[in-house]
Amino acid sequence: MIDILIKNLPIIVVLCPLMTSLLVVLIPNIFFSWILTTLSTFLTFLFSILLYQEIQIHSHISYALGKWMPPIGIEYIIDKVAIIPVIIISGISFIATIFAYEIMPEEIEKKSISKVYSLWLLAIAGLLGLVTTGDAFNLFVFLEISSLASVALVAMGAHKDKQALVAAYNYLIIGAVGATLYVIGVGLLYGITGTLNMEDLTNRISDLNNNRALIAGFGFMIIGIMVKAAVFPLHIWLPRAYAYAPSAVSVLLAATATKASLYILARILFSIFKNSENLINNTLLFVILPLSLLAMFAGTIMAIYEKDIKRLLAHSSVAQIGYITLAFAIGTKASVAAGFIHMFNHAIIKGGLFIAITSIGFYIKKRVTINNLSGLGKEMPITFFCFVICSLSLAGLPLTAGFISKLYLIKASISSDDIWIAILILISSALSVVYLWKIIEVMWMRDGRKIVIKENPTIYISLIIITFLNIYFGLDASLVVNGSFEAADKLIGDLK
Amino acid sequence: MISSTIGIWNYWIVFCLMMIGLFLVIGRKNFLKKIVGLTIFQTSVFLLYITFGKIKGGTPPILNESINTIYSNPLPHVLILTAIVVGVATTALGLSLVLRINSEYGSIEEDDVSAQDLVDYHDDIETGKTLDLKFKK
Repeated sequence: MIDILIKNLPIIVVLCPLMTSLLVVLIPNIFFSWILTTLSTFLTFLFSILLYQEIQIHSHISYALGKWMPPIGIEYIIDKVAIIPVIIISGISFIATIFAYEIMPEEIEKKSISKVYSLWLLAIAGLLGLVTTGDAFNLFVFLEISSLASVALVAMGAHKDKQALVAAYNYLIIGAVGATLYVIGVGLLYGITGTLNMEDLTNRISDLNNNRALIAGFGFMIIGIMVKAAVFPLHIWLPRAYAYAPSAVSVLLAATATKASLYILARILFSIFKNSENLINNTLLFVILPLSLLAMFAGTIMAIYEKDIKRLLAHSSVAQIGYITLAFAIGTKASVAAGFIHMFNHAIIKGGLFIAITSIGFYIKKRVTINNLSGLGKEMPITFFCFVICSLSLAGLPLTAGFISKLYLIKASISSDDIWIAILILISSALSVVYLWKIIEVMWMRDGRKIVIKENPTIYISLIIITFLNIYFGLDASLVVNGSFEAADKLIGDLK
Repeated sequence: MISSTIGIWNYWIVFCLMMIGLFLVIGRKNFLKKIVGLTIFQTSVFLLYITFGKIKGGTPPILNESINTIYSNPLPHVLILTAIVVGVATTALGLSLVLRINSEYGSIEEDDVSAQDLVDYHDDIETGKTLDLKFKK
């Protein structure tokens, strides 16, 4: 029994939320649908932990779906790289589900809550499928499952604020164009190689180095995924979608959605096209590197001038995505590892910040803008304390998780003789203190209206968990760092 | 030269449809027309895949006793079947969003809608007058 479970783990991780999403929609009761969702995300998290242990033994698990052997059949691959986003997505979605219990009924009509949980699980299943699949076309299907579910989730914010509809609409249109561009790329690659399996693709394109269809296909795939990952000039859907989505949904999307796409970006760059070195080096140097540097500054400056706090955090996400793509763009083993470290740390930092801000919104019953925050720090000490810890972590102060990722990123850029990149990273981090301090100052130093707020344990429990993670991975980062270095080793071990 | 250019006419159709669709998505300010453009854009990709699958003189891939049969590739058709389903879901979701936008804003023109949003955003943030966000008390 256990044996069968272990053998089928790669697909069970995806199927567990997918199947429960079909069940949840049938349960009209809010409490029971939440329990089922929590159970499902918890089991998914448990399965991904089991998968992590399996990976330590086998280091590469290939699962042939329905016993159709790859490269003909659809293959699910879990290796030391894929396990990082799997853990991030399943872990954060579990925490976000706990957080959703009190928040969800505040913002969404009672009768549609079970449907929202169903979409919630569908989005998680889509993201998990996205990172586990080894088939280029299957990836597109999961990309669309996750993005259609997240669009519908964002649109549920319309009950609170009608702008959510326009945000969801823009997300849908831009996302669908991105996904279609990806399909064009896959089609061109299929046309010249005749395969859709990623490993098989890698082997077959090795002797097609200057084929124009190959270059065009690569370009289409990269652009399509960059839209989904919100890399700088293609990020316009992100701030609005995160700002107007229901609070719990913003937490889930901000912490997980772009991470999956960033992982796919890394896999396209370093795994599928690893044999066309020229193409990749040029792309990294002339496309990804400038865009990431622009993202770091544009995102931070937009955040400094923003007054709606959820939008502010979304702009800061754009800058943080810039750090991750910058790490990929440097292209050495150490820097790619730093990218994965930051991917993990950013998930727990942004998750924490969004939980803190949305629970403030829950208490004050208003949209969280800078003017509404004055003096609230004294009224809700626990939330404020956790918010400060997560902010320090985002800015990269020692003893927090954010410090570790900045440390490895700067170390990697210095060791590849790009000292100016390290300086730019430091300047951008210093600028990020500006917008974080703005919030903290308003909350703590100014006197506000006297409102008595009783903090709700069911809400701050998830905030405390995630803040604890921020401190824990700041003190003892060996788990994340080792995992990321193994992943980078696997990705570009034989490249450089 | 000319014959080879005309010989790939199906690619030209794909190319034209793709550009028409993309132009509609980017250039039109009407939410409904954007969805029409998106559908055309996706359809062009379907045609691209179908074109890959066709082999000149190829038959449908049904097992034939004679040795010299050339089969067309059936896989792109299957892939496109999946992509059509995804496309239908996208269109359905988009249309339902447009319906909701129309009932909330009274317009589906991007300019009208963003003008209303700007006013709301300004009221909300600059003047401190907070909107009724329909929060449950």
